[in-house]
Amino acid sequence: MIIAGLIILLVIASVLFHLYSPWWTTPIATNWTNIDSTLSLTFWLTGVAFVLVISFLGWCVWRYRHHAGRVAHYEPESGRLEMWLGAITAVGVVFLLAPGLIAWGKFINPPADAATVEIVGQQWAWYYRLPGPDGKLGRADARFVTADNPLGVNPYDPNSKGNLIVNGGDLHLPVNKPVKILLRSIDVIHNFYIPEFRAKMDMLPGSESYFWFTPTKTGTFEILCAAYCGVGHSYMRGNVVIESDDDYQKWIAQQQSFTQARNGAGDRVRAAARGPGED
Amino acid sequence: MVDVRAGAGGFHPEDFEEEEVPHPRSWWTKYVFSQDAKVVALQYAGTAVFVGLIALVLSWLMRLQLAFPGAFAFIDADHYYQFITMHGMMMVVYVLTAIFLGGFGNYLIPLMIGARDMAFPFINMLSYWTYLLAVLVLLSGFFLPGGPTGAGWTLYPPQALLAGTPGSSYGIVVMFVSLVIFIAGFTMGGLNYVVTVLQLRAPGMTMMRLPMTVWGIFIATIMALLAFPGLLVASLMMLCDRLLGASFFMPAIVQDGAPLANAGGSPILYQHLFWFFGHPEVYIVALPAFGIVADLLSTHARKNLFGYRLMVWATIAIGVLSFMVWGHHMFISGMNPIFGFFFATSTLLIAIPTAIKVYNWIFTLWRGDIRLNPPMLYSLGFIVTFVVGGLTGLFLGNVVVDVPLNSTLFVVAHFHMVMGVAPILVIFGAISHWFPLMSGRMLHDGLAKLHFWITFLGTYFIFFTMHYLGVLGVPRRYYDLGQTAFIPPSVAALNIAITVAALIVGAAQFVLIYNFIRSWRHGEAAKPNPWGATTLEWQTPEMPPPHDNWGKQAPTVYRWAYDYSVPGADRDFIPQNQPEQGARA
Ligand code: HEM
Ligand SMILES: [Cu+2]
Ligand SMILES: [Cu+2]
Repeated sequence: MIIAGLIILLVIASVLFHLYSPWWTTPIATNWTNIDSTLSLTFWLTGVAFVLVISFLGWCVWRYRHHAGRVAHYEPESGRLEMWLGAITAVGVVFLLAPGLIAWGKFINPPADAATVEIVGQQWAWYYRLPGPDGKLGRADARFVTADNPLGVNPYDPNSKGNLIVNGGDLHLPVNKPVKILLRSIDVIHNFYIPEFRAKMDMLPGSESYFWFTPTKTGTFEILCAAYCGVGHSYMRGNVVIESDDDYQKWIAQQQSFTQARNGAGDRVRAAARGPGED
Repeated sequence: MVDVRAGAGGFHPEDFEEEEVPHPRSWWTKYVFSQDAKVVALQYAGTAVFVGLIALVLSWLMRLQLAFPGAFAFIDADHYYQFITMHGMMMVVYVLTAIFLGGFGNYLIPLMIGARDMAFPFINMLSYWTYLLAVLVLLSGFFLPGGPTGAGWTLYPPQALLAGTPGSSYGIVVMFVSLVIFIAGFTMGGLNYVVTVLQLRAPGMTMMRLPMTVWGIFIATIMALLAFPGLLVASLMMLCDRLLGASFFMPAIVQDGAPLANAGGSPILYQHLFWFFGHPEVYIVALPAFGIVADLLSTHARKNLFGYRLMVWATIAIGVLSFMVWGHHMFISGMNPIFGFFFATSTLLIAIPTAIKVYNWIFTLWRGDIRLNPPMLYSLGFIVTFVVGGLTGLFLGNVVVDVPLNSTLFVVAHFHMVMGVAPILVIFGAISHWFPLMSGRMLHDGLAKLHFWITFLGTYFIFFTMHYLGVLGVPRRYYDLGQTAFIPPSVAALNIAITVAALIVGAAQFVLIYNFIRSWRHGEAAKPNPWGATTLEWQTPEMPPPHDNWGKQAPTVYRWAYDYSVPGADRDFIPQNQPEQGARA
């Protein structure tokens, strides 16, 4: 008796909680609105299923609870009922899956004009590499990592020379320009995650993964690591700054190229070796 | 309407009578090194409950850290990740798998199919002792230098083997060694359950007359025999990488500025092997629960299980399909994203047979004569939590929706509902249902109901609300949320409320334990077949059943397991071993 009422109450409470929950998606800052719309479609369909199924359960418990003289009905199966229920479920599944798969098709196919940026993870920090004016990124491998080449960029690849290396600063990106993010790690698996961007992807050592988005809002967004990567996992943070193209060009102009970064580091190393006052 | 009760077995009762069970000669062989499946069952269940209590305490400690970050000095980041890892692995493998297959499987299979014992009683005993050894090796991690592994229960390389993860020197080794031992022990038990179901059914007990409990455990066991080898090879390869300097899963890696000796391995390969085991594992836990709950609902609603044949086929379909969906755990792992289409489709397909099961449970209640006793309450709690967990699975299975939700608390909420709370409510239901059979006494009704209400409402609150933190984007496996721009202060408030609920729910488990011990000693004596059940285990000559279960005369089966409230019968149930003549008044 109590349980029947409580089951119905639970349905009502769950729906109210859903409607009044202060916790909901962060305001979206990229083009991935169809991820959000598939999510809310899924909430609607599963919400309706939840209310119908659990309310019917509560009603059955109330209506058919034991009292003296009740006799249960004897009916081992009903092919028609089972067929209908199966068919309705199948239709529901198709309605969920179709928009999901269409959105996935977009998700895995970056537009041809997308700019390329590489993000590299290392316990527990983020590094970025942008192509130089020629738009090309040199190859990279963890085996090339040295103190003055923390990303393991291949120094023998001519495409590496003009690459811009961001070591320790924020990543800047221009608003409204699609960008394909290449992901890599030089130690364990990390995951580049900004809740407002919706898209995320693991970064692997030994191979490269990718995803893409078009930022639609300017501002600073916090990066979290979303693949457990050891004790520092929750402290692996960074920032992405989305800004106008003008501001972005100014930022680009200040970045060091791979060759400069190495020579600079080389100068410092040589200076240190000579020691002070020996010039 | 088709008569699903039809069917006959080609058995020879005279063969059956000649069987002998090994008779114990001393206290040791009767209660400790016992070959009686019922004793092995209680040993399995007792050990699993002990491990479960440790895992429960670990969940308290994690919840304390999440609600009051930094307030408890001994819960530092290392410990926190060790707690998460041990909690998760213990619950999934050492508690739930062990209790459903080792515990209920051993107790119920022989009794429900009308056998005197398992096919290989000695192997069965060995299976338990191997399991116990696996548990001891697992627990030894707590006492080794560096402590147990803190790699997360998924134990992903390269992280699990590197210095940035706690317990990467010894803890990770004992974890994999323990898993290997567990799998060896499980394989002995598992082969035994399968052979027993196939070979030792009583005369007349056709496959299509088996109670759903047996079907659930049977299919789950076959799945486990096929899935655990994936984990076994992954474990052995990880041990090679860790101990022998192999590079199965280790590509070229730089640590502290210096390259490691490894090269060429694939971390993704591990994930494929792990989830080839890991997804079926969900159903290895769920299918026995599905089966048991079907029998509890039918018995306590005094109504035949609705759509038995479809339920059997749905169980088999789930078993087969669940080997084709592992990739839904890897949508954003960096594997070729084309696989996303396939795994999303196969995952959502599995929702159909699963939904059919839910409908049939509810239609079993429909037009029934529902007794609201503890087994029924726990079963209703199961349906509610399982429906929530099943529906949120549609989010995570639909590839593109998984992208924002993956690695957030939404996932934690989802899997706790569907494979934590729901199956555990079935375990509680099963305990309250079969307690009279095991002990000859009734469980205290009021205490059982108290335990049900706190556990059900508490866990529903904990995990229902947690989904919304996940939608917001709060990540899982975070020792400390710290200052994060997108996380409002209200999250901390909800985290405190969830922790309070978790502490209360945890404490309520001691009500059940007290009730169990108290009722075992002083409970009201149970009448034979107190629930008026049809299945064979309640038709034994004594309660609790003797070692050979049936005394002189083993049963012959004449009907399916769900003859409740048959029109014209003199009682509202007809036991499976009652011949046609005696059924009508
Ligand atoms: C009321 C009881 C329980 C509470 C309060 C609880 C709490 C938690 C918490 C706080 C976490 C860490 C979440 C995070 O990553 O931030 C966790 C993880 C986990 N729990 Fe539970 N838990 C409970 C019962 C269970 C049960 C019954 C299972 C059995 C399936 C289970 C399986 C897991 C698994 C597999 C993980 C993931 C571990 C990992 O991320 O490596 N838990 N639990
Ligand atoms: Cu990380
Ligand atoms: Cu899965």
